Amino acid sequence: MIKDLVTPENANVFVGKLGDILEKAIDKPLGYAINWGRIWSLWPVHIETACCSVEFGAASSPRYDVERFGIIEAFGSLRQCDLVVVQGTITRKMAPRLRLVYDQMPEPKYVIAMGACAITGGLYFDSYNVLPGIDGVIPVDVYVPGCPPRPETLIQGCMLLQEKIKRMKARKFV
Amino acid sequence: MTNELPPGLALQKVDERIMTLNVGPQHPGSGHMRIIVQIDGDYIVACDPDPGYVHRGEEKMAEYRNYITNIPHLERPVIHDSCNVLYPYVLGAEELLGIEVPERAKYVRVIASELNRCIYIMYWLAIYGIFLGHSTMFMWPAGDRELLIDLMEKMTGARVTHAHFVPGGVRNDLPPNFEDVCLRQVNYFEKRIKEYAAVFYDNPILIARTQDTGVLSRQDAIRYGTTGSVLRASGVDYDLRKKEPYDVYDELDIHTNVMKEGDSYARSRIPWLDMIESCNIIRQALQKMPKSGSVRTKLKPNPKGKGLDSVYKRVESGRGSLGCYIVSDGKPEPYRVKLSVPSFRNLIALPNLLRGEKLGNMPSVYWSLNYWPVEADR
Amino acid sequence: MHAASGEDQEDEGQEVCMMSSDTATTAEKKPVAKAPPPKPAAKKPEPEPVELPVFEKGISDKIVEKFGDKIEVAFVKEDRVRINVGKEDVHDVAEFVRDELSYDHVESVSGVDYPQDNEIEVVYHIGSYSDSSLARQVLVLATRAQRETNPIPGNDATKLPTLRDVFYSVEFHEREIFEMFGVFFEGHPDNRRLLLPEDWADLPPLRKDFAIKGR
Ligand code: SF4
Repeated sequence: MIKDLVTPENANVFVGKLGDILEKAIDKPLGYAINWGRIWSLWPVHIETACCSVEFGAASSPRYDVERFGIIEAFGSLRQCDLVVVQGTITRKMAPRLRLVYDQMPEPKYVIAMGACAITGGLYFDSYNVLPGIDGVIPVDVYVPGCPPRPETLIQGCMLLQEKIKRMKARKFV
Repeated sequence: MTNELPPGLALQKVDERIMTLNVGPQHPGSGHMRIIVQIDGDYIVACDPDPGYVHRGEEKMAEYRNYITNIPHLERPVIHDSCNVLYPYVLGAEELLGIEVPERAKYVRVIASELNRCIYIMYWLAIYGIFLGHSTMFMWPAGDRELLIDLMEKMTGARVTHAHFVPGGVRNDLPPNFEDVCLRQVNYFEKRIKEYAAVFYDNPILIARTQDTGVLSRQDAIRYGTTGSVLRASGVDYDLRKKEPYDVYDELDIHTNVMKEGDSYARSRIPWLDMIESCNIIRQALQKMPKSGSVRTKLKPNPKGKGLDSVYKRVESGRGSLGCYIVSDGKPEPYRVKLSVPSFRNLIALPNLLRGEKLGNMPSVYWSLNYWPVEADR
Repeated sequence: MHAASGEDQEDEGQEVCMMSSDTATTAEKKPVAKAPPPKPAAKKPEPEPVELPVFEKGISDKIVEKFGDKIEVAFVKEDRVRINVGKEDVHDVAEFVRDELSYDHVESVSGVDYPQDNEIEVVYHIGSYSDSSLARQVLVLATRAQRETNPIPGNDATKLPTLRDVFYSVEFHEREIFEMFGVFFEGHPDNRRLLLPEDWADLPPLRKDFAIKGR
C-alpha cells in the first residue's frame, strides 16, 4: 500500500511530509530540553552601569548566592554570555555602548532591567544626561523595580526570567 | 620607578610598536569607566582615563530641589557609603539654615557613618579581591558585610540607601536594644576581619602582585592632591576626623593609620586598618552616647538660607575627604551645590601611576586607588 | 519580594509609554529663556565682623599686604578665608599662596554662574597637607570670567588663565569646568571633554540658562 502511495513523482513531497511529522513529534521535547539547558546556565555580561551594581554584587555574595538558581556570576567573554542585567542608570554616553554590547552577544539573549533608573529613569527623571528607561535602546524581558532592588528582588526577577524562557519557543533560535 | 620608563622602552621608532587598548566600559577590570592605555609589549606607555559613563547631573538637579528633597539623590553617588556622602551636604545645610543639632543625634551620626565606612570598604575589598583573582576575598567580605548591613537596616530601614541624615539631626531614633546588638555584631565583625590578614594580606601571591607596583611618592601624593587611603599609604598623616573634627569626633580617641611605602599593597592595607579603627570608634561612641534625648530638631517647612552665602564643608568618607560647596541665595533651593569627591581627586594619580607598569598590574593599581566610578562622575 | 507578579502585566504598558516619552525628550534640551533667579549680589560689601579668628586673619593679612587692593577679602570665618581676585592676578596670587603660605593642593574647583552680572565665577578651594597648622584651613580663591550669552566654548571671551602649572591637582577639575560652564583655561595642556558624551552639542549644562526638562 505504501508502494502505491509513494510513487517516484511524489517521493520528495512524501519525505518532506515525513520530516514535518517527525519534527512535530520531537519539537516539544526537544524545545523543552533546549530551554531546560538555557535556564540553568544564564551568564550575565559583566557590564556595570550605575549604583545598582552594588546590590548585584551582593546578590552573588554567600548570603544570597544567586548561583544556586543558575545565574552564573562569571567574568567571561561577551561572546559566551546570554543575559544582560542592566544595573541602573543608562546615561547618554553609556547608551551606545550598551547597544554595542547587546549586538555583539550571540542569540538567544535576554535582558533584565534592574532598578528604577533602568525602567523609567527613576530619581533622575529630569536629569539632562539620563535616558528615561532603557527600553528605547534594547528590548527588555523582565523589569526588577526598586532603588536599588534588594538582592531577593533581583533573584525573583531572575526566576521570572527562567519561567519566561521555559514558555518561550526554543526553535526560533535553533 | 613609576615615572620613568623602564630601559629599553625609549626606542626611536616607537610608534609602530605601540598598541592602543580600550579597557572598559564593558570589561571585568574597569568598572563603569574606560581607560585608554597604550602599550608597548607588556608595558604601559600612556594612559588616559575616560570617566563620565555615569554622569547623571546631580549638581544640576540639586538646583531645582529644596534643601530637604535634595537628600535622596545626593546620596546616590555612593549608595553603599550613603551616610558619608550626605554628611558634608547636611553639615553645610545646617550652617546655612542655622540649625542646631541635638547631642544624641551627633553620636548616632558618628555610629552610622562609621558603620557605613566599613560597609563601603568591605565592598571595595570584595571587588579588589575578585579582580586580583582571589575568589575567597570576594566571598568573605561580601558575606561579612551583610552583618553590618543588617545593623544599618535596623537603624534606618533600608539596606543601602538610607537617607538617614537630615539637616537638624537624623531621621529616626535608634531602635530599642540597638546598642547591645550593635556592640555584639561589631565585636564579631572585628574578629572576622582580623582573620583576613592570614588569607589575604599575608598571602605571598598578593604580596608579589602588589608590592612595589604603582609607587606613589610622598611629594607626588601631595602634589596630585590625592586624599584618603591613597594619601595615607604614601606617608602623609592626614585624616579629617582628626585634623578638622566635625560633630563629636573631637571627643573620641582616633588613631590614624599611615604607611610609608606608597605602593598598591600599602594602599590596599590602609582601608583594612581603617575598618579596625572604625570598630574602636563605634564602641567609644556607643559608650559616650547620651542614653536618651531627641535626635532631630524640628524644621520649618521649606527652610531658607539668609541671603547670599556660601559654605564649604568636608568630612572623611570611606575614600577620603569629601567636600561640599553650597551657595545659597536666600531661596528654598540652593543656588549651586558642588560635590568635591575623593574618587575624582584620586583619579588624577592614575595616569601617572600606570605609566611604566606592566599591563598585568593594571587591576591592582587601579582598584587600589579606592575608586568608585559612580562617585567620580556624579 | 514586592517585584512579584505585577511585573509581567506591566511590561507592555511600560514599554509603550517609555517609547513615546523617549521620542518626546530628544528635543527637550533647548536653552529655554528662563527667568533668572533673583540674584545673589555679586560682590556684597562685607560688614566687618566684630571678632575675627586670629589665625585666619593672619593669613588674609599676609595676602592683603602683598597684593593690596588688587584683591578683596570676602570673608574671614573660622577655618575659611575667602579671597576674590580679578582674573589678571589669579595666577600671581596662587603662586604666592603656594610658595609663601605653603598651601599645596586644590581640593575642589567649582563654577558658579551669575547671569545677572554676566559673569561666571570659578572658585578654587585650596588646602595644605605639608603644613600641619594649616590642616584645618581652606583658602577659597574666587575669580570671575566674562560670560557670553551665546557661548561657543573655547572660542569666546569666557577665558581664564589656568592654575595647572601652579597646582598640578587642578588638571581634571579645570577640564570639568570647561565642559560644564564653557570657561576655557588658557595654557591648560589638555582641554578635552571629560564627563559629558562625545557628541554633546548643547549649552554647557551647569549654566543657569540651560533648563532641564519639565522644570
Ligand atoms: S535605581 Fe537607584 S540604586 Fe539603581 S542605579 Fe538608579 S539611583 Fe542607583
